[in-house]
Amino acid sequence: MNTEIAMHPNLALHHEETYEKTVFGFWVYLMTDCLLFGSLFATFIVLSHATFGGPSGKEIFSLPYILAETFVLLTSTYTCGFLGFAARKKEKTKTLLWLFVTFLLGLTFVVMEVREFVLLVLEGNGWSRSGFLSAYFTLVGTHGTHVSFGLIWMLVLFFQILFRDFTHDIRRRMMCLRLFWHFLDVVWIFIFTFVYLFGVI
Amino acid sequence: MEEHFKKATARSYTFGFASCIILTLTAYFLVFYRLLTGYALILTLSGLAVIQAIVQLVFFLYLGKERKPRINLLTFLFMALVLVVIVGGSLWIMYSLNERTMMTHPKSPTERSR
Repeated sequence: MNTEIAMHPNLALHHEETYEKTVFGFWVYLMTDCLLFGSLFATFIVLSHATFGGPSGKEIFSLPYILAETFVLLTSTYTCGFLGFAARKKEKTKTLLWLFVTFLLGLTFVVMEVREFVLLVLEGNGWSRSGFLSAYFTLVGTHGTHVSFGLIWMLVLFFQILFRDFTHDIRRRMMCLRLFWHFLDVVWIFIFTFVYLFGVI
Repeated sequence: MEEHFKKATARSYTFGFASCIILTLTAYFLVFYRLLTGYALILTLSGLAVIQAIVQLVFFLYLGKERKPRINLLTFLFMALVLVVIVGGSLWIMYSLNERTMMTHPKSPTERSR
C-alpha cells in the first residue's frame, strides 16, 4: 500500500473519484426505488375507497400512534447525520454510539409498525380483507422492509467498524447507508400524508 | 473523503430537523382539529408534504449541492418527470375510466363490480 502511494501520488484523488461513482450508482438505485414507491402510491390512491364492506382508514388508523412513529423515524434520520460527522473526524467511539442510537430508533420504528400490522390482522382486517387493505399492507410493508434491511446493514457496519476501523470501503458503505436512510424518511413523509392523514379525513 | 456530504454541517441538519418537526405538527393538527375541510385541506396537506420532502432533500440529502456537472440532481429531476407520468397518468386513466363506466357510486373502480 505504501509503495503504491509513493508510486501514485494521486491515490487519494483516485479514491475520491471512486466515491463519486459509487454515490452516483447508489443514487440511481434510490431513484428507481422511488419509482417503485410511486407505483405503489398510485395503486393505493386508486384503491383507497375500495373497502368492500370492510373498515376504512378512519376506523383503523390511530393518529397519535402514527405521529409517534413519524417522530421516531425523523429523529433516527437526524442522528444518522451525526454518525457521518463523527466518522468524518474518525472518532470511533462516537461513530459507534451514533450508529447504535440510530439502530435503536430504527428498531423501535419497525417494532411499532409490526405491532400495528399484527393488531390489524388479529382483528380480521388482514391484507385479504379488501382492496384498500391489500394496497395499504403492500405500500407500508414495502417501506418497513426497506427499513428492516437498513437495520441489518447498520448491524453489519457496526461490527465492521468495531473490528476493522475506518477503511475506505467502510466509509463508502457508511455514505451509502446515510443516503438510503435519509431517502426512506422522505418516502415516509408521503406515507404519513397520503395514507394516514388522508385516510382519517 | 466523504465527497457527497462534504458541505454537511450540524447546523444545517438541526435546521432541517426543526423545520420537519414544525411541518409535520402543522399537518397533524390541521387534521386532528379539523381546521380546514374539503379541497382546501387536501391541497394544504399535499403542499406541506412536498415542502417537507424538499427540506429533507436539501438539508439531509444535499441535493443539488454537488460539484458541476450536477449529475445526481439531473437524475433526480428525470426521475421526478417519470414519476409524474406514471402516477399522474395512472390516476388520470383510472378516474376517467371510473367516471365513464360508473352507474351509481362515483367513488371507486372496484366497487362497481358488486
